[in-house]
Amino acid sequence: MSGTLFDRIWNSHVVRAEGDAPAVLGVDLHLVHEVTSPQAFTELRSRGLRVRRPDRTIATMDHATPTMRAADGGLPVAADAAAQTATLEENCLEFAVPLYALGHERQGIVHVIGPELGLTQPGMTIVCGDSHTSTHGAFGALAFGIGTSEVAHVLATQCLLQRRARTMEVRVDGTLGAGVTAKDVALAIIAKVGVGGGAGHVIEYTGAVIRALPMEGRMTVCNMSIEAGARAGMIAPDDTTISWLAGRPFSPSGAAWDAAVGRWRAFRRDDDERFDRTVSLDMSGVAPMITWGTNPGMSIPIDGTLPVPNGGPDAAGINRALSYMNFEPGSRLLGHRVDVVFIGSCTNSRISDLRDAAAIFRGRTVAPNVRVLVVPGSQSVKREAEREGLAEVFRAAGAEWRESGCSMCIAMNADRAGPGEYVVSTSNRNFEGRQGKGARTLLASPVTAAACAVRGEIADPRSLA
Amino acid sequence: MSGEAFCTFRSRAVLLLRDDVDTDQIIPARFLTTTERTGLGRYAFADWRLDAAGAPRVDFPLNAPDAVGARVLVAGRNFGCGSSREHAPWALIDWGFRAIIAESFGDIFRNNAHKNGLLTIAVDSDAHARLVGAVTSQPDTEVTVDLVERSLQVANASPEQFEIDRFVRHCLTVGIDELDYLLAAEREITSWERGAPEFTATFDEASSGSWRGGGVRRSRRYRP
Ligand code: SF4
Repeated sequence: MSGTLFDRIWNSHVVRAEGDAPAVLGVDLHLVHEVTSPQAFTELRSRGLRVRRPDRTIATMDHATPTMRAADGGLPVAADAAAQTATLEENCLEFAVPLYALGHERQGIVHVIGPELGLTQPGMTIVCGDSHTSTHGAFGALAFGIGTSEVAHVLATQCLLQRRARTMEVRVDGTLGAGVTAKDVALAIIAKVGVGGGAGHVIEYTGAVIRALPMEGRMTVCNMSIEAGARAGMIAPDDTTISWLAGRPFSPSGAAWDAAVGRWRAFRRDDDERFDRTVSLDMSGVAPMITWGTNPGMSIPIDGTLPVPNGGPDAAGINRALSYMNFEPGSRLLGHRVDVVFIGSCTNSRISDLRDAAAIFRGRTVAPNVRVLVVPGSQSVKREAEREGLAEVFRAAGAEWRESGCSMCIAMNADRAGPGEYVVSTSNRNFEGRQGKGARTLLASPVTAAACAVRGEIADPRSLA
Repeated sequence: MSGEAFCTFRSRAVLLLRDDVDTDQIIPARFLTTTERTGLGRYAFADWRLDAAGAPRVDFPLNAPDAVGARVLVAGRNFGCGSSREHAPWALIDWGFRAIIAESFGDIFRNNAHKNGLLTIAVDSDAHARLVGAVTSQPDTEVTVDLVERSLQVANASPEQFEIDRFVRHCLTVGIDELDYLLAAEREITSWERGAPEFTATFDEASSGSWRGGGVRRSRRYRP
């Protein structure tokens, strides 16, 4: 095999070559959730079509589901979301698609459960009606988000119409300083590439920093590829990938495992790779990052100062963002008021994220002016955090410990911030109103978010180490 | 899913001169609990278009008198970045737009738009500036979009060519249905399925016991 990782996966999944029409690309795994699938199933039904490969499709409920149990222990779905969860159940029954419904021990955010169950494997093509499908690229898969019309295409044919993307290498060298995590790497990359800079490209992350990251960190980086405008992000599989996959529920076992490992090892990088573009950055000396604006490219080092619009081409955008956030140009964020801290989302709700946050909370308490939500990415993460005593650390500190789901990342359920509130969030989008109408989001890592929670203001996690 | 074939039309244009307009602005997430794809126009740009009391903000371009009936939206760079929600083009179409002109687009948004018959036209910064200049000085300026000729004409200036994917143009003008196109590839799909290693490798069911047969698995404590 030769070419970039993208080239090799693309080539082995072309069902019909690209010409005047886009390529027909085969899909190995299709993940489905309640928000972007109802209209797709309706389309199938209206045409009398079946789901072609229910054995390559799996559904869960995550986006609009509740994360707080009622007094009787039930999980009451809000009235406006109930039609969607009920519709997903009906669709999965009718079309024989496996569904981990709300409350099931394997339920969770779609991009957390895929990897954790071993469904996500190197060399695969993976799609989902969700832009953060790029997360799965951490395993050396070609994984990207699709729209609802395409969800119908994949349900019916297990294929998609796709134009071949261009490739971009993002090379991350150096070493990470104290308090600097994969999230900070992701924010630094987006600041460098720009929120539209990756458009039309699939990113492959390389370099010493990426190689040294555990799988959870690699998922965090790939997750945010879409925030740089890229179609997907991927990392070549290596020993870290393979040992992470061993023994997962859907990982191969026995002879099939040996055969799979042989295939996966063949994805090792080779020397004749040619990327259409290469971007490099060095993380040595980079401080923990935090966003100040209304897109994920607007970030600064936590101890830095806010930009001063100087009449350049971006001045209007910077001014709009500063005004929405109600920040003074040129001021510092350290010490600024914080109202809510959200630790969760498909970017940072895995067990290692919760361990990072718990290390800050242990023996400390949440500042009285701050409301803290800790929302595990899946039921499995929740059980593990409870087993390790992390949940108890969060509760003892005064944080709310919730059921798994997207929660305040997208604020489709009851977990919302109020107008004007400042939210330090470990999620991936700080768009206007993303966490509640009028809410102001600052994206940061779990350690930075936890530090802000205990200080009650924007704080440098290194000051709490 | 392109509906009626799309050839040429003439319309006034609304200017939304912001870069990086994300799909959370085009339609905020709290309106995504629908199971339909129609009727979403009333949520288009809800948080920019309406104030806290739900009244139209006079300074928002879609509320300007000249915006009534305009079928063309002109935006800055990277329009439609962010989420994959197809509700974004559904909302824009339901509002009345047939084409979006911008310097660049988010990839997934652009794809979704074309699948629903909403044309996206990427223009370079010079053409963008000319268009914006014309509409700014004369808000009732009409633009003519001709997809067959791939041309964009501002008032009576000479038409300018734009680039558009050949297949997209074909689907939009002839009305080809992409799902039908894929279904017709049945034989190739079957043969690929048999030979692709990652696809044929079965998921290990030993410890899962729940893959085959589909169906809903929920805990007793959740009552839909
Ligand atoms: S956690 Fe947020 S970004 Fe991730 S899938 Fe859910 S809503 Fe999307």
